[in-house]
Amino acid sequence: MSDSPILEVRDLKMHFPVKEGIFLRTNKFNRAVDGVSLSIQPGETLGLVGESGCGKSTLGRCITRLYQPTAGSISFEGQDITHLKGKALMPFRQHIQMIFQDPMESLNARHTVADIIEEPFIVQNIGDRISRKKQVKKLLEIVGLPARSASRYPFEFSGGQRQRIGIARSIALNPKLVICDEPVSALDVSIQSQILNLLIDLQKEFKLSYLFIAHDLAVVKHISDRIAIMYLGKVAESATGETVYHNPQHPYTRSLISAIPVPDPHRVVERQVISGDVPSPIDPPSGCRFHPRCPQVTDMCKHKPPQLRSVDDGHLVSCHSDM
Amino acid sequence: MPLLEVSDLVTEFDTDEGRVRAVDQISFSADAGVTLGIVGESGCGKSVTALSIMRLLPQPMGQIAGGSILFQGRDLTQLPLAEMEKVRGNEVSMIFQEPMTALNPVHTIGKQLAEVLLLHKDYGHEKALKESIDILDRVGIPSPDVRMGEYPHQLSGGMRQRVVIAIALACKPALLIADEPTTALDVTIQAQILELIKELQADMGMSVILITHDLGVIAETCEQVVVMYAGKIAEKGSVYDVFDSPSHPYTRGLLASIPRLDTEPKSKLSIIEGMVPGLLDLPPGCRFENRCRFAEDSCTLSAPPIHTIQGQHDVSCFRWQDI
Repeated sequence: MSDSPILEVRDLKMHFPVKEGIFLRTNKFNRAVDGVSLSIQPGETLGLVGESGCGKSTLGRCITRLYQPTAGSISFEGQDITHLKGKALMPFRQHIQMIFQDPMESLNARHTVADIIEEPFIVQNIGDRISRKKQVKKLLEIVGLPARSASRYPFEFSGGQRQRIGIARSIALNPKLVICDEPVSALDVSIQSQILNLLIDLQKEFKLSYLFIAHDLAVVKHISDRIAIMYLGKVAESATGETVYHNPQHPYTRSLISAIPVPDPHRVVERQVISGDVPSPIDPPSGCRFHPRCPQVTDMCKHKPPQLRSVDDGHLVSCHSDM
Repeated sequence: MPLLEVSDLVTEFDTDEGRVRAVDQISFSADAGVTLGIVGESGCGKSVTALSIMRLLPQPMGQIAGGSILFQGRDLTQLPLAEMEKVRGNEVSMIFQEPMTALNPVHTIGKQLAEVLLLHKDYGHEKALKESIDILDRVGIPSPDVRMGEYPHQLSGGMRQRVVIAIALACKPALLIADEPTTALDVTIQAQILELIKELQADMGMSVILITHDLGVIAETCEQVVVMYAGKIAEKGSVYDVFDSPSHPYTRGLLASIPRLDTEPKSKLSIIEGMVPGLLDLPPGCRFENRCRFAEDSCTLSAPPIHTIQGQHDVSCFRWQDI
């Protein structure tokens, strides 16, 4: 890791107040993200995997500064953007863009495709009308949509095409970092592979860095250089995709890998089915957050939260056990 | 004689734009005790097939326009509604995708579970409640007597799906239809639920029709598989036939386009170009023709007949021998 990272997140926390009772007092917090550190190098894809409620989407939204984090810091190209507000944030918004899961909900149904893709230019005050129209045409071509799509509305498109519109909007301003929040989970298999190929092509062409958030480990491993696995607001393990797959160290990562159904009827399943559900982030378990479901739990796990430690070059694990 | 024999089933819907055929002349059968998977993408007709068997098509738009569904020798399409009500939930049951919408939010778990038993069995109130607790225990719900008095919102997604399974299996049906039973769940919970369905199936000796878009789930849980595309069956056979020697270009494309844990990261996924034709303007020939790499002129003229490759392995393609 010789280059300086394009994004560095340190000990980030995002706690949402939980309002209760008739006076709506805040007595508890939903610790959606609770002390996460990670970095992304230029041109790299970091995959963020975890189950519902593990805080992966919240983390993505903190980085785009759609949320104001509770604590910790976010640096983009060496500059701290954690507390920037309003106008000061605008230049970074241009460099950090986002692709959302549900393209129907993230595209304004009353705007034409041209309006949707043109909007980032208007917000950032770039170019005049004619040059913007040209850009829209070019972007449609890049994401593989016919030029006549420009005057149509989102409902006229299929899910995969809508996601292409969302991608065109996200790369419109030539960003450096794109946060992809479950960009293919709502799509059918044959369309999913089209979109994954497009994202990989765009990364090569425009030297993009991605934070790729998804719950499907196979998809994440396919597109990522490194993977971070989250569980209940914390990073359980992070390493390259190959390491995570061939040499997983955290019991949660192992059970996650063994739970993925493989399209091969000859495979004998030696499954480590972990029991129980993910606990609530409002009242997370003491000690290691995975301990109530962990097959290798010890007494220490119940009291002392494990720290992320390095087991190998670039391989971090948050577990007491040495395996 | 197979337990269920669907022959030339045609299901149509009246829409504002005209009548569409969601399921077009499909035939398949399921023997007692086997698990049959139906796989396909959104809109291929897999759920409509399930709803047709259950005679639960939305009324008055949806109707069975042809064919027969023989269940234990009786044609379900010809059964009077009163008779069908005795079959449904008793001899044939269904699990739905979204456990929150399948359960009634204003009734307790116990009430919803006992209702099935009171309706179909000659049970008194007390016996129904006692039996309900036993079933909840059987599907792995901790402290079932307490859960009986709780409402669906008090349970997690995985627990709710267990309750839905408990309701479906309360009367020990001969056939269980599971429509995307794990799609809304996290992978570790999905593994638990699939494991549970397998276990219960072995216990009770019932047949299961599992509908899913996930080829991995099919490979791990089913013995037979039916691949559907745009309302027709593209290919069917045992999982070994279909996964080892996929003979329809669509099946091949699907299998090749899934990112797997052992594929080379960032490699090009093979894709199926284009998208599924709309049901309102289906092509006269093969429905996959516009996306097929092997298509010839003859494919556009008439629909391909069903060829038997070997044993129970059937494919609907003109060129299956060439690919």
